[in-house]
Amino acid sequence: MILDNPDQLIVNLVQQGLDLLSGFPIVVLVLCLLLSTVPLIAIFPACFAITTWLERKGLARIQNRIGPNRAGWFGLLQPVADGIKMLLKEDIVPRAGDQLTHFLAPVLLLVPAFTVLAVLPFSRNMTPAAADTGVILFFAIGSVSTLPVFLAGWSSHNKYSLLGGMRAIAQMVSYEIPLVLSTVTVVMLTGSLNTVRIVEAQQVSSWVLGDNAALQILGQVLKWNVFTPWGFIGFLIFFVASLAEVNRCPFDLPEADSEIVAGHLTEYSGFKYALFFMAEYISAFAISGLAVTLFLGGWSGPNIRPWWSDDPQALLIPGFVWFFLKMFALILAMIWIRGTLPRLRVDHLMGFAWKFLMPLALLNIFVAGAYYYLPRWIGWPAGFVVLYVCYEWLGRINRGSLGPKRTYRYA
Amino acid sequence: MLGSGIFKGLAVTAKNFFGSYFCKSRLTTLQYPEAGNTITAFSRNIPFLVFDSEEAPLDTLRCVSCKICEKECPPQCIYIVQDKDANGKALKQPRIFDIDISVCMGCQICVEVCPFEAIKMDSTFELAGADRFADLLLHRDQLAKPNTYFHKIHPAEAQEVDARLAAKQKKPAAA
Repeated sequence: MILDNPDQLIVNLVQQGLDLLSGFPIVVLVLCLLLSTVPLIAIFPACFAITTWLERKGLARIQNRIGPNRAGWFGLLQPVADGIKMLLKEDIVPRAGDQLTHFLAPVLLLVPAFTVLAVLPFSRNMTPAAADTGVILFFAIGSVSTLPVFLAGWSSHNKYSLLGGMRAIAQMVSYEIPLVLSTVTVVMLTGSLNTVRIVEAQQVSSWVLGDNAALQILGQVLKWNVFTPWGFIGFLIFFVASLAEVNRCPFDLPEADSEIVAGHLTEYSGFKYALFFMAEYISAFAISGLAVTLFLGGWSGPNIRPWWSDDPQALLIPGFVWFFLKMFALILAMIWIRGTLPRLRVDHLMGFAWKFLMPLALLNIFVAGAYYYLPRWIGWPAGFVVLYVCYEWLGRINRGSLGPKRTYRYA
Repeated sequence: MLGSGIFKGLAVTAKNFFGSYFCKSRLTTLQYPEAGNTITAFSRNIPFLVFDSEEAPLDTLRCVSCKICEKECPPQCIYIVQDKDANGKALKQPRIFDIDISVCMGCQICVEVCPFEAIKMDSTFELAGADRFADLLLHRDQLAKPNTYFHKIHPAEAQEVDARLAAKQKKPAAA
């Protein structure tokens, strides 16, 4: 029965469809390629549209406004209206700029943003590219996105664009280091770079395969990496660094609108501008998806086996539901932070990455190593205590002084 | 604890977020075309010309075409041409009285300097037009509005003005 496993319904249907065509291997190959790319290219821009609406509504409510409410029900058609507006706008290219590079930058930025989505496991047996080196592949492709931003800044022939591009390089290169170091712990403890294995390692398989429904639910939640000391701190570092990686507030210095017009986006208009925004949001989805995979249990969530099913692997709620719920929870957290925190100063931004996040991430690796060898009842509380003390200590030595005491002669 | 300020900030924004759904007084935005507007007795935008009799609007304009407002207008958006009778004798009324509302800055100086209480501030604001030149240049007949309209938009000020005009009329009679 195909309904024995609702979690695998789509996978099984696709598999049966492909089995019918097994006589034509070329067709099957082409279909497989399309099936692993087209859904990504269709679903994530749709998520982008929803997120722009969510972001505008959320920020509006945070500022006690109503937000878009004219286009469609509760303004839900606002992304469509925005898209039409962007398409109809004039595409302006600066005469002194580099025409070819100016055109290439938004296109090149979109390529790594979409490509990295392929290594994310959206559900069981639903990973477009289940590479053995998934995590490394993600960062290797993802770090390419720094270059198109600088291309945009350079080709615009505009001082604000160039400033934005240079800020982007400095910021993205610096924050890549704590970002990667915080994932090292997960890779160490899992013993694999494969994202599928990392998600499986976050489930207690004996509980999930057992008969007790309560244990099935707990077994898919309790072992998430975020509930360990190194995973908790690692998740925080990863989340903060990912905010900087995707130019989100409070690290949106490359396009700081109040300082340098719009940074590398200054000379872009119309659809190219929209492409930049889409790439930015899709990399935000990708990096949130990786955070979910590494620390928040990937596609596993409080899930039970359907009562009519005999398959021990069967799950009632499809895994991608949990994956997207968690991903959107992280995106909402990003929106919340954007509505709360002011932008950092450039030197503070660099200091934060190099003097605070990087030492903390390095210490986290040592704690994770100790956690691996110590018994859990010592390792768990001791890890939290050590990391908390280090966190406070790093904060204290980085605080700096207020400078010499000021005296005011006429005050 | 290090970083606790961030959580305080997040709590404030969360309070705003959820508060805006439950507390109506937080949402101060007015849904303009449906929910009306916020014109009060103190709203003022562009000037208009007051006339007294509804039967003959352009004959009972208070304006005597003295051109003081034209001279005093800081952005010089007023243009006045005095009316003449058949013999070429100047009449105490304007033939042309134009205000370019794309230039007018609503400073009310024309109202302050007018000795005849002829020009007052209007509170209308829906002045958009399809032609950016012709539709924004208001002529004498568009600017002329009855004293009753003045009473309607700025009641207190209109009453004051009426009392002042009545006193002025009485004085020469008494003298």
